[in-house]
Amino acid sequence: MSDSGSSPSSGSSGGPMPASGLATLATSRRSVLKGLAGAAGLAVVPGALAAACSSSKSKSGGTPSAGGSSSTSAATPAPSGSASGGGGGGNVTGTVTFGSNYSDAVPKAAFAAMIGGFTAKNSGVDVKINTVDHNTFQNNINNYLQGTPDDLFTWFAGFRMRFFASQGLATPIDDVWDKIGSNFSDAFKNASKGDDGHYYFVPLYNYPWAVFYRKSVFASKGYQIPKTWDDFVALQKQMQKDGLVPMAMGQKDGWPALGTFDIINMRLNGFQFHMDLMAHKVGWDDPKVLKVFQQWQEVLPYQQPGATGRIWQDAAKSLLNKQAGMYLLGSFVSQQFTGADLDDLDFFPYPEIDPANGQDSIDAPIDGFMMSKKVKNKDAATALLEFIGTPEAEALYGKTDPSDVAAATNADTSNYNAIQKKSAQIIGSSKNIAQFLDRDTNPQFADDTVANMIDSFFNSPNEVQSQLKSLESQAKQVFTS
Amino acid sequence: MVSANPAVVPSPVARKRRRRRVRTLSARDKVVLSFMVGIPLLGVLFFIWFPAVATVLLSFTKWNGIGGLSAIHSDGVQNYVQAATNYPPFWPAVRHNVLWLVVFLVLATPLGMLFAVVLDRNLRGSRVYQSLLFLPVMLSLALIGIIWELIYSPNYGLLNNVIGRSGQHNLIDWLGNPNLNLWAVLVEACWRQAPYVMVLYLAGLKAVDPSLREAALVDGANAWQTFWRVVFPVLRPINVVILVITVIESLRAFDLVYITNGGNNGLELLSVLITRNIVGQVSRIGFGSALGVVLLVISLVPIVTFLVMQLRQEKRT
Repeated sequence: MSDSGSSPSSGSSGGPMPASGLATLATSRRSVLKGLAGAAGLAVVPGALAAACSSSKSKSGGTPSAGGSSSTSAATPAPSGSASGGGGGGNVTGTVTFGSNYSDAVPKAAFAAMIGGFTAKNSGVDVKINTVDHNTFQNNINNYLQGTPDDLFTWFAGFRMRFFASQGLATPIDDVWDKIGSNFSDAFKNASKGDDGHYYFVPLYNYPWAVFYRKSVFASKGYQIPKTWDDFVALQKQMQKDGLVPMAMGQKDGWPALGTFDIINMRLNGFQFHMDLMAHKVGWDDPKVLKVFQQWQEVLPYQQPGATGRIWQDAAKSLLNKQAGMYLLGSFVSQQFTGADLDDLDFFPYPEIDPANGQDSIDAPIDGFMMSKKVKNKDAATALLEFIGTPEAEALYGKTDPSDVAAATNADTSNYNAIQKKSAQIIGSSKNIAQFLDRDTNPQFADDTVANMIDSFFNSPNEVQSQLKSLESQAKQVFTS
Repeated sequence: MVSANPAVVPSPVARKRRRRRVRTLSARDKVVLSFMVGIPLLGVLFFIWFPAVATVLLSFTKWNGIGGLSAIHSDGVQNYVQAATNYPPFWPAVRHNVLWLVVFLVLATPLGMLFAVVLDRNLRGSRVYQSLLFLPVMLSLALIGIIWELIYSPNYGLLNNVIGRSGQHNLIDWLGNPNLNLWAVLVEACWRQAPYVMVLYLAGLKAVDPSLREAALVDGANAWQTFWRVVFPVLRPINVVILVITVIESLRAFDLVYITNGGNNGLELLSVLITRNIVGQVSRIGFGSALGVVLLVISLVPIVTFLVMQLRQEKRT
């Protein structure tokens, strides 16, 4: 698909790349997954603590890479309208309301900076940002969209986006894509469409899921990056012999192991099968799904024991402390690494299992924006979305929250750190991009039912057949409504 | 209600006067009275009866929370059938709720009473012990969950490091092992529940007339007999309150397991399953309501028992 990474464009200036930003991403990741109200605010606390922790660390430790302008820019929503290009003809007026779940400090400031870039060029427009805590926002999204939603709102690509579109809760924005289409690769275009083929979504950024490792550990032990499944198994065997935990795993929050399922399924059965499974066009009792778990069983002995009681931050810590050799996670894992440790962190795409599929697919969840059905100021809202779909707007965002990979193919990558550069490259070289299991299918089903099934698979791997049967009978209930 | 005690029976004159006063309520009195009764009544109807009845009704429907009333389809008892037969977390959740109640009744509450009785003996520094024991009650359950998570954490937690089981291969996965984690969380819950009961019971004990104990002492009763034969029966009202609190606390258990792992993998509770199905990006309102009705029915058992006991007692006096 895309070459989002390989086409560094013109380039205005970006900020430095403190790893701190990644923390906020992880928090939002988690909140996407664990969406319940009630004690929800508190549930995020561990993540928030980690976030706070790592951001302070990276500030004092200084960040590798880039350098350049200081992180003070992070706090100022600088409306630097200087850059050229971009949407919005400047002839729109009125107030646009924008519902935002970018409630953590860094993304909030970055979002404000991006909107500032729009209002600087369109002085007639007043953009009112209603920021809501991301957990609350996601939990209330149904009521929000059916009640009095803002003109525009933050959301994710995938199943729920398409669901809102098909329920008539979002406005199609094909006119926006007429203007911004050339900025995006086909993968992003497809990810922005509803089931009816119309566009409903403008992407902002994404990040890849891959196998992370420490370069120094691989160098000192003479390990090679595994390309094939056999290499991968042999490597894990060797690691175990060398006293390492071959594959770290922290599954306490239910979602991290879904990434392992995604990638094995895509490697083994191909992207299309994975998508069909997500849409429940094929059942979870399909023999091909069983094969995924049998494949997984082969490497289960090399997986960190006690996974269901460990948070992913602790699993990341075992990679950091060189107790574990590898860790399959989203690139937000790097928030646990600072200074020299961050320089030492690297990753590779999950090895090939079936040569027919090679390494052509990857999980790389996309965050972006949608227009609600009850949009009041459509002209100005359209102009704002057109602006957001430009590399310039993404640069404004990335300057303050430099943790992810900008969605536009022609985005400025000159200030990316090593992880970001490689992320862009690995996403760019993938033919198919999945959104992660809980964004590609019914999120409640993914985070509760599938996650539960994987938990019980970890605890008693030999009962996988009956576990899948039960999973499918629940899926039938969930998907026939 | 008129008391049976003749000393309190009002004289015929007084009774007549009171009756007349009731009859001569002015219009304004009536308005004021109807407001005073009507507003709480509306509150109760709206905040308690309406949701309760709506939950029961919704439990027979299928609705994903999108669209108006027209999107709600009747589904018979399907939700209940599904819960019982095609929802693996359901029966564990019922079991765990019952276990929670039993552990509170058998362990936490008696432990709290023991603390109270011991502290009531005016040991040296009993105030210090009292404050220390009471500390967990002042923390929110969510905070307690986080504190214990640091203790139970497999590789970096206090407990495993102290007992030397933090290695990769011999670690005890307190919160992740589905056979172990409910007990680990129940320890957390008791850590807070026992002192809570202690405080209530201590207040009751302080109110016991010392002459009762003196009389028991004179009669030659030992400490054990004094407590069970004299003090405990006198504390009946407090005992009932504690029983009710124990039942309520165990049925509404939610925070600890939610903080610990969201109520999965051995920590299922009905309250969590209800929340999970109703709140969130995708809702199964009907199904969640059916689970809510199940919890309601379970709660009704102790509530009805309690009410029957109260009514019987009132009749007796």
